[in-house]
Amino acid sequence: METDVIIGLEIHVQLNKLNSKMFCGCSTNYHNSEPNSHTCPVCLGLPGSLPVLNKKAVEYGIRVGLALDCKIEEQTLFYRKNYYYPDLPKGFQISQYDYPLATGGHLLIKGDDGERQIRITRAHMEEDPGRLIHAGTIDKAKYTMVDYNRCGMPLLEVVTEPDLRSPKEARVFLDKLRSILEYLDVFDGNLEGSMRVDANISLAGGDRAEVKNISSHKGVEKALSYEITRQRNLKRRNIKVVQETRHFDELRNITVSIRSKEQAHDYRYYPEADLVPIRVATWVPAIKASLPELPDAKRDRFREQYGMTDDHAKALTSDIKVANFYELVAARAAPKLAAVWVANVLKGELNYRSLAVDSFKPDHMVEIVNMLDSGRIAEDAAVQIIRTILDKGGSPGQIVSDLGLTRAGDDAVLRAVREAVAESVVAVEDFRGGNERALNYVIGLVMKKTKGRADPAEVHRLVVEEVERT
Amino acid sequence: MLTQLKDQLVAGSSEEYLQKLFDKIEHSSLNAFTTLAKDSALARAREFDRKPWQGLLAGIPIAIKECISTQGIETTCSSKILKGYVPPYDAHVVERLKAEGAIVMGKTNMDEFAMGTSTETSCFGPTRNPWDLGTVPGGSSGGSAAAVAGGEAPCALGSDTGGSVRCPASFCGIVGLKPTYGLVSRYGLIAYANSLEQIGPLTNTVEDTALLMEIIAGHDWRDTTSAEKGSYIPGLKNGIRGLKIGIPKEYFGEGVDKKVEKAIWDAISTLESLGAAWKEVSLPHTRYALAAYYVIAMSEASSNLARFDGLRYGLRKDEDQDWHTTYSEIRAEGFGPEVKRRILLGTYALSAGYYGRYYLKALKVRTLIKDDFLRAFNDVDIIAGPTMPIPAFRIGERINDPLSLYLADVFTVPINLAGVPAVSLPCGFSGRLPIGLQLIGKHFQEDLLLRAAHAFEEATPFHLKRPEAV
Amino acid sequence: MITREDVEHISWLASIKISDEEKEKFVDQFNSILEYFHQLDEVDTEGIEPTYRVVDLANVFRDDVACKSLTHEEALKNAPKTENGYFKSPRIV
Ligand SMILES: [Mg+2]
Ligand SMILES: [Zn+2]
Repeated sequence: METDVIIGLEIHVQLNKLNSKMFCGCSTNYHNSEPNSHTCPVCLGLPGSLPVLNKKAVEYGIRVGLALDCKIEEQTLFYRKNYYYPDLPKGFQISQYDYPLATGGHLLIKGDDGERQIRITRAHMEEDPGRLIHAGTIDKAKYTMVDYNRCGMPLLEVVTEPDLRSPKEARVFLDKLRSILEYLDVFDGNLEGSMRVDANISLAGGDRAEVKNISSHKGVEKALSYEITRQRNLKRRNIKVVQETRHFDELRNITVSIRSKEQAHDYRYYPEADLVPIRVATWVPAIKASLPELPDAKRDRFREQYGMTDDHAKALTSDIKVANFYELVAARAAPKLAAVWVANVLKGELNYRSLAVDSFKPDHMVEIVNMLDSGRIAEDAAVQIIRTILDKGGSPGQIVSDLGLTRAGDDAVLRAVREAVAESVVAVEDFRGGNERALNYVIGLVMKKTKGRADPAEVHRLVVEEVERT
Repeated sequence: MLTQLKDQLVAGSSEEYLQKLFDKIEHSSLNAFTTLAKDSALARAREFDRKPWQGLLAGIPIAIKECISTQGIETTCSSKILKGYVPPYDAHVVERLKAEGAIVMGKTNMDEFAMGTSTETSCFGPTRNPWDLGTVPGGSSGGSAAAVAGGEAPCALGSDTGGSVRCPASFCGIVGLKPTYGLVSRYGLIAYANSLEQIGPLTNTVEDTALLMEIIAGHDWRDTTSAEKGSYIPGLKNGIRGLKIGIPKEYFGEGVDKKVEKAIWDAISTLESLGAAWKEVSLPHTRYALAAYYVIAMSEASSNLARFDGLRYGLRKDEDQDWHTTYSEIRAEGFGPEVKRRILLGTYALSAGYYGRYYLKALKVRTLIKDDFLRAFNDVDIIAGPTMPIPAFRIGERINDPLSLYLADVFTVPINLAGVPAVSLPCGFSGRLPIGLQLIGKHFQEDLLLRAAHAFEEATPFHLKRPEAV
Repeated sequence: MITREDVEHISWLASIKISDEEKEKFVDQFNSILEYFHQLDEVDTEGIEPTYRVVDLANVFRDDVACKSLTHEEALKNAPKTENGYFKSPRIV
């Protein structure tokens, strides 16, 4: 696809699976807390306080760097990025500049026309600023309220080359990145503000605009689409696009100018003398060895191991929790059938209700797939069971008998089970008397009646059910 | 002296002693103290009198410089911008002092944000030199030095960024140590130039300095540049037979007061008579030290002082305008002229296009200055010279000519650039005014440095003379 | 040479408002101080590494353990203006 759109992203990822902040011991678990209740002299920037780096934050950073095929630098340093803003309590942000943690990686995405490699310039560590709450919109507020609970949260800033060609590609890239971060167990994307994006966008030959601090993937797509239209309109009217910084107004779905090139920051980066250099090259082999299987590899394996389609493999591996769920089910039920039902039906029903996969028990899915597989229930019954569990709770067996969802009399296995139980009075008595083995006789009879085409485990279950029913 | 004082307090009364000091301070014209912690200190002393506790400084009052954080006691750096700020935490050194039984009696005056050599730029007004009330006590720890020299405190802490402990020790005729960078935790020391400064003791005798160092030195996990301590008291009296002393030729000649020069040569003779040998050494980059020091200190200050925005603490105006305007006006009103000068010049030195010419260049010159010392220390054990090229000057004499004030630091700043330890101790008088001898040691060799200082002190009467003026 | 415009720009960059009188004074003082700094130009620093910090330490960390924070009251105690538990800042633009 030919396009003149050039997009690069800077993605601020909160390493929110850590227990404590980047440079102090304050807990990262501040969501749902009152403002300014998770602060200390360090993250409040009180005079005299000093930063001490969270070791695990570096490990997490390396994990992400390696997953993005980056080079982990021999020596990495922290710098001060100097600018004044109320969310920045020291008047500078501790960040990285020369000597970032990781450089020169890439990420493969499904682009607008086929697979594309998006180059990763660098990934560096920094501290999150606090949160500003404007009384109204940013340009009309009379004053601003500041909460420093978020301040000092460990961030990894991932910077891409200007390789993205459309707002949709940007969104696909972000989805993929989120998926990898969750695979690495360094990130929970469900927490508010956990991934915030600055997007640089230009049309070929024009100056670029930077849209700051977009907090959702959907927002990125909308902000970029708005920007493309705005810049195209300017171009059409022969007005030059000026280099500037813009703010995305999520309520109005537009971008507004907040700073021109002339007012651009002079960050006066210089090395932070309160932190010593980090030399972690020796950590890399062990971290590399401990990296989990990542989405692309898992997708290939699913396709081959379970014989599913590529679309299903992709749908089942984009979210690590779904992938783990699927593998639990596939271990105890027909994998191919399970793939269809998890990828197509369960995911759809969950999405519709905005639920995560952990609101459904793998055991229940195993039972449903097995019932489908044995022909005991029909497909529409299976859908009904899933919906009922999600909306009202309960277990598949219970719902089947409550709603009478068993497939009608043409079920040969079920008929054989009923006949065999009726014909085995002595064995059934023995079983009720506590002799488990007595059931083997009944099961053998069923197998004979069905000419061995029934699944013995399923038959065992049905026989027990029938004995208990009669 | 402190050890004897401790015995006296156990036999007598800590409260009585403290009350006498407070009475003296209240009738004093030195203006050494900014805040007296009368209630808490007297309460603590009464507790001690009831049931004395153990500890290296049990029951002994100590004065703390305005830039060292004390929980519950106002800490302002003698700046209007921090008026009213009461830290919610103690600096590491204050924690250590309290743990050894010391009683924090109050805070002492200083040049605003430690930027000065005269303690004239304080928002609390100038401190006076107890030897001559018309002259400055030196700076920036002028309050601490004047309090000890004037008998208003038995010991005190100061901080030394470019001579701020040693200069006032020299001008006030007492002992002042700037430890090796990293030996004393900076946690809680309000930063001026964080790659240069250390907290150090100001005392009547070398032995007292050694005692304070046993308490305040040592590793603190909250300061990542902090190191393990040595041992300072046990070897103190071992003498200096065979000690090799280097006399830098660059520390004599033009700009050095004749009486100062003579006192230093007399001191060298004394050291020789105690069994030491001296030889000339060269520190060829000494003449560039001042420029390098001021570029580095101002650059770091421009960043360290960015946090004073009136949001979380400190000066704020009743009426707010927009953020930038409000912030700029608070800083215009809250900072004195010298602080503004240094922030502005530091901002310039770090700004786009000038970083290489000023800041980076100064850091390279710093390397050469450090190498000068390392080379000299291949041949000698310690280096001796004047602390200040002149005795104390008149109040108001230099305050309107910043450059001439800076030039007085010529022999103290190289030590901070190199990070080595240095002690100033009294070695003579120019009229009524004391002269200070500076002994400089290798990194982390405070034990040897203090041993040499102690030997000199034992052999000379200067430390026994006390000012009459107060 | 530092001009009045340079001083104005630095003052904007450093966010310190300065009066016309201060501007005049600073132009003179800055020029004499910077001229003194230019002594550094005489030093040959070709191939010399900068010294950012004098202690030769690396890899100093803390473990990822959450500790006690300040109480909400302690955090806000020194603030000149607060509202509903927030610090109150001037408007941004
Ligand atoms: Mg960033
Ligand atoms: Zn904190």
